[in-house]
Amino acid sequence: MRRWESYFWPLVALVAVLILWRQGVIYSGTKVFPSPFEVQRGLAELIRKGLLWGYIGDSLFRVGSGYTLAIALGIPTGIILGWYPNASSALNPVIQLMRPISPLAWIPLSIVWFGVSNFAAIFLIFMASFFPVVVATMNGVHNVPPMMRNAGVNFGLSPAALFRRVIFPAALPQVLVGLRIALGISWLVVVAAEMIAVDSGLGYLIIDSRNAGKRYDLVIAGMLLIGGIGLCLDLSIRRVELLKSVRWGFRNE
Amino acid sequence: MAQTATTAPERAVEAAKISVRGVSKIFKRDGKEVNVLDNINLEARKGEFVCILGPSGCGKSTLLNIAGGFLKATTGSITIDGEEVNGPDPRRIFVFQERGVFPWMTVEGNIGFGLFKLPKEERRHRIAHYVKLVGLEGFEQAYPQELSGGMKQRVEVARALAVNPDVLYLDEPFGALDSITRLIMRSELLRMWEAERKTILFVTHDIEESVQLADRVVVMSTRPATIRRIVEIDIPHPRDISSPRYLELRDSIFEEIGLAHKV
Ligand SMILES: Nc1ncnc2c1ncn2[C@@H]1O[C@H](COP(=O)(O)OP(=O)(O)O)[C@@H](O)[C@H]1O
Ligand SMILES: [Mg+2]
Repeated sequence: MRRWESYFWPLVALVAVLILWRQGVIYSGTKVFPSPFEVQRGLAELIRKGLLWGYIGDSLFRVGSGYTLAIALGIPTGIILGWYPNASSALNPVIQLMRPISPLAWIPLSIVWFGVSNFAAIFLIFMASFFPVVVATMNGVHNVPPMMRNAGVNFGLSPAALFRRVIFPAALPQVLVGLRIALGISWLVVVAAEMIAVDSGLGYLIIDSRNAGKRYDLVIAGMLLIGGIGLCLDLSIRRVELLKSVRWGFRNE
Repeated sequence: MAQTATTAPERAVEAAKISVRGVSKIFKRDGKEVNVLDNINLEARKGEFVCILGPSGCGKSTLLNIAGGFLKATTGSITIDGEEVNGPDPRRIFVFQERGVFPWMTVEGNIGFGLFKLPKEERRHRIAHYVKLVGLEGFEQAYPQELSGGMKQRVEVARALAVNPDVLYLDEPFGALDSITRLIMRSELLRMWEAERKTILFVTHDIEESVQLADRVVVMSTRPATIRRIVEIDIPHPRDISSPRYLELRDSIFEEIGLAHKV
């Protein structure tokens, strides 16, 4: 594929979707679903009223806090579990039991504990991203080939140096996979959390636009913003995977 | 010093560097015992190149891992310079197949891996020296995934040599390489060995490889491994691999293992 083509065809597809959308709205005569122009006007209105950046900022702040907290606690936990087989066989059943529970199931408890506040949303994000980070880190550390561990020991490394210079870098690609999954889930969860637990942010924008005046143009605008920002988050964490010191762990890059 | 060595060939003047005494190894797995090594006795002189030759699964890697300090013998012991092996030690480095290089580090990073105790300047010098010795100039900043199998193997050998060990253990180091690269790597290894004169224990299941490389070939049986015979390869390097003596030694090992060398 030539260079321009890799931009050209996606652009064509995007325009085609917009046209289909517009024509669909016109032919069906729907009163609920807005056309692309109405959505664009809705967006402009949000910017004019000075709400947009605040909402985006609030959502990103919640994701940022919960996710950072999950990393700060999840990576050390995963390392300990991966390093001490006894710890992991003791705790693994609990982790495996907690893992399939949707983070949204924590909503009632989070509201009881934290009320309608940022903390409730941050707690939900934390619950959503903690387990993927722990499990990925644990597996990463556990799966370091014994050969590499032995090589490190052979050169006389202390346990701390062995960890820093061999175990951690060897596990890092798997840890990054976990971080990426966790970030994706966090962004999904923040929308749901904001519909229930707080009164700002992109999730709140969607639910409030519907409740306050059936402003479906703003609902769709909010959805598109969520999609766009989620995509940017994923692209930026993918860039980390391209660093040469971790790229070896991503087979098909 | 006594006069024990007066009639022996000059190499025998040196005392044993590595001595393996009565080493046996029994693995316990699922309640069953697997007898892998059975009373192995072996010596290697300082600077000697010893090949351990045997069929796959006979226990060669197990023996080498015991010598490296990664495994404990069930009975018997291994001493190096009279000191019992109790664990891994930077004075004796284990070289795995090329998979042992650290993929998150550059060639330079890998080769300098064991030099963390040296001052920066000296470390730089050493790295440069060994990059040159293994012929990887121009690839200092390359990552292993950008290198061929043979180059990765050179990195691993250089990483081992850089810490100036007395002993190198090589476990089928060229097993994963194509046959042409393998031939090149053998002569490269001999060149480095002649430059640095480390004591080498080299494990292989390839008869030709052992006769091309070693001063002595230790021929092992199938599991539980015992030593069938130790063959002295008295051909100077570089070895002519179609010379009558080479063929004679090679064929005697083929016979020892019970293989007719016809296809
Ligand atoms: N940790 C272990 N536990 C149980 N059996 C083992 C273990 N390591 C090796 N073995 C067995 O010991 C035998 C010899 O293995 P190995 O030394 O790797 O052979 P070689 O290197 O000669 O191919 C094999 O049958 C293998 O299955
Ligand atoms: Mg082996």
